[in-house]
Amino acid sequence: MIHFLSIDPAAIDWARAQFALTAIYHWLFVPLTLGVGLIMSIMETKYYRTGDTFWRTTAQFWQRLFGINFAMGVATGIILEFEFGTNWSNYSWFVGDIFGAPLAIEGIVAFFMESTFVAVMYFGWEKVSRGFHLASTWLTTLGATISAWWILVANSWMQYPVGCEFNPDTLRNEMTSFLDVALSPFAVDKFFHTVISSWVVGAVFVVAVSAWYLLKKREAEREMAFKSLRIGAIVGLIASVGAAITGDESAYKIAEVQPMKLAAMEALYNGGNEQDLTAVALLNPFSQPNYAEEEEAPMRLAIPYGLSILATRSIDGFVPGVNDILKGYTRADGRVEPSAKEKIERGKKAIAALADYRKYIADEKAADGSDSIGKITAAKEERLQVLKENWQYFGYGYIKDEAELVPFIPINFWAFRVMVGLGSLFILFFAYILFLGWRKRDIASMTWLLWMAIILLPCAYICSESGWLVAEFGRQPWTIQDMLPVSASVSDIGSSAVALTFWLFLLLFTSMLVVEISIMLKQIKKGIN
Amino acid sequence: MSLLFLQHYWCFIVALLGALLVFLLFVQGANSMAGSLGQTEGGRRLVYNSTGRKWELTFTTLVTFGGAFFASYPLFYSTSFGGAYWLWMLILFTFVLQAVSYEFQNKIGNLVGPRIFQFFLTLNGILGPLLLGGAVATFFEGSNFFVEKNNLVDGTSLTPVISRWANASHGLDALLCPWVLVLGFAVVFLARVLGALYVMNNIDDEGIRTRGRGRLLGAAVPFVVLFVTYLVHILLKDGYAYDDEGVIFMEPNKYLHNFIEMWYLSVILLIGVVLVLYGIIRTILSKNYFGGIWPAGIGTVLTVLALLLCTAWNHTAYYPSTADLQSSLTMANSSSSEFTLRTMFYVSLLVPFVLAYIAYAWRALDRKKITREEIEKGAHVY
Repeated sequence: MIHFLSIDPAAIDWARAQFALTAIYHWLFVPLTLGVGLIMSIMETKYYRTGDTFWRTTAQFWQRLFGINFAMGVATGIILEFEFGTNWSNYSWFVGDIFGAPLAIEGIVAFFMESTFVAVMYFGWEKVSRGFHLASTWLTTLGATISAWWILVANSWMQYPVGCEFNPDTLRNEMTSFLDVALSPFAVDKFFHTVISSWVVGAVFVVAVSAWYLLKKREAEREMAFKSLRIGAIVGLIASVGAAITGDESAYKIAEVQPMKLAAMEALYNGGNEQDLTAVALLNPFSQPNYAEEEEAPMRLAIPYGLSILATRSIDGFVPGVNDILKGYTRADGRVEPSAKEKIERGKKAIAALADYRKYIADEKAADGSDSIGKITAAKEERLQVLKENWQYFGYGYIKDEAELVPFIPINFWAFRVMVGLGSLFILFFAYILFLGWRKRDIASMTWLLWMAIILLPCAYICSESGWLVAEFGRQPWTIQDMLPVSASVSDIGSSAVALTFWLFLLLFTSMLVVEISIMLKQIKKGIN
Repeated sequence: MSLLFLQHYWCFIVALLGALLVFLLFVQGANSMAGSLGQTEGGRRLVYNSTGRKWELTFTTLVTFGGAFFASYPLFYSTSFGGAYWLWMLILFTFVLQAVSYEFQNKIGNLVGPRIFQFFLTLNGILGPLLLGGAVATFFEGSNFFVEKNNLVDGTSLTPVISRWANASHGLDALLCPWVLVLGFAVVFLARVLGALYVMNNIDDEGIRTRGRGRLLGAAVPFVVLFVTYLVHILLKDGYAYDDEGVIFMEPNKYLHNFIEMWYLSVILLIGVVLVLYGIIRTILSKNYFGGIWPAGIGTVLTVLALLLCTAWNHTAYYPSTADLQSSLTMANSSSSEFTLRTMFYVSLLVPFVLAYIAYAWRALDRKKITREEIEKGAHVY
């Protein structure tokens, strides 16, 4: 056996930082692609149905902005896919049998659709029929949305691994049900919540740009701004309500399969029945609270029964806190969750049983040259039995200290509140705009409202990114929930190499972002002509 | 469908995607000589706008190639990407720079000016094919890595990593091997050959077509010399074979044996080479022939397909390790499970449908060739 040097822990942090950086940058561009994609497709449909060239000009204007943003989404997206291999090579092997499939399907089914028809959308106005062009625009949006489906299937599987079984002979997890993976309830929720919330970002963008034209009293863009604002607000209201409903469902699922994430989101140290929902608390955003000693987060304002209803759909449902999960508790259905200490011990037992099994097979082969892989013998069964009994906690065997099992609470707590708070604000904002439209009020003269629309644009991005922070930070220390921690997923690359690529990516993405924003602003200033 | 069939089938699909990717490198090839093809700023814009309508296909094929490799041969994905870190990162960097360069270069508000983005396109045009060609060459020449799956259950290590590169250069060492560079540069010149043929077909401009013919000759000669040299090299060299027990060993003239035993690959290779040469020679000789990209393109796909399959089929280790022979990756020891391969087999049945709509959309856009007038008046130009 070849023994490798253990890699330095800093390499894990840098690998995480690099992935987070790429994902956060990528997520600046994807929601706009999905959201503006939908809105520009609606506008071109109006052109197709009415033949009015106003809608053609309007659709082309939004497609120009879509194009600037789309390029950045593509550029940052490719790195994410390859980073699974470059920075998380152990992970890529351990679950590649399951995780690779959605990524390949995403390429075959979604990316080709997107990249083929986006070219027709850009360059085909004078070359193909109106119907073909409209279909191409919708297919571009559909391709982006299908792509979201498959990557979210992959991500959901990391949050809630289903449809797989560990194979001790190949030393990896293997898929047993494609449908369980592809249609996992966690994936369905995540898809709808993510895509619908992206429509909110697109809607806020369209409303903000339109508001700017109205503020500047640009005559050439006045009609476009009014009509775009209306479509944006309708899409925005439907989407922000939809995001709230799907978000609620997501939280319910998290309570079921990732209770530690929910406890971190709520800064709930000690759980109980009839649990109230924290509206806000003065939690230090920069340091991990002393959850073992403190009763609850300081200056906490709470909504009675809120968390029990959110997590269990009943007023008196039991919601475990961080300490309950670490010490062990009994679930509502009577299942007993062992303590972290026991899980770690059983995880170590599983790893040792697996090592023993591998050694037995290797010794057997060395002794008589026979290869018993795939054949069942009593001696093998005995060793596998111990593995099977403890397999559920295999990943815990790599955990050195139970404090590792608690994600960084402040990020989860605050990001969750920012997301929910801003999401609720969007519902009110879009509803108010549509109300004003219904009452035939002159929005163009309401300067404060137009300014607010512009101010809400960065808030939409913050809201969207906060959602990702909750989803990903809340899963820590796991790459795959309860199965594989980050420390066992990483590649054997020195921290200095990963740190270097981190800074290079940061420099590259930031420069590209600055140029992109500058081009976007100039295009908006230039207007429809 | 047995596991063995599925492993061969997925090897074919991945090789086909790789072959299509090499063909689509015409985008990089044309960009690498946009200055000399276009000569003026207007001419350069014609070239960029011509490749700009196809670059996303190249990009998507690269991503799908990676995804398909991941799904079907996860141990390769894990070992090569996690090991040859710098090689893959360099490839990624150049493609990321390319991705934004089209959209940004001539837009108002571009703070840094068009030149920098044109430089990025040239950089990607040369480094992209060079590094991808170099990566393919490692399938024949071997790479410096170890794989030890039992590390996952070795309680003594802090991080249970199952593979690592055997030297600190993390993949850059491949570029020190002269044969890797020979194939790398062969792919650079092939991309330029295809690039010249593509723009001559796609752009209706007398000047570009005339200069394209000159560039074509300039790229075709080094390409043929380098390619033939490499082909002779692999036919003569020892190769990495494995027996029924999965034990890997060196076999003299392994790739020559592969081409003899898998005679159908030799036929595909021969047809491919003839088609590439036909596309080049007819374009150079005939003043009114601009369709050379099609025979040369199809020929490229067939040639690369045959070469890639020769590295993996017939009991050949496709990703050999020069550090530890038994760490080498074969179709048998690195593939996904039968269940995953079968599931993905059904997904792969969509590939012909995808190819069909790409061909349809491509035809619809290219029916009218690109002219200077279109670039001046077009709604979306780069």
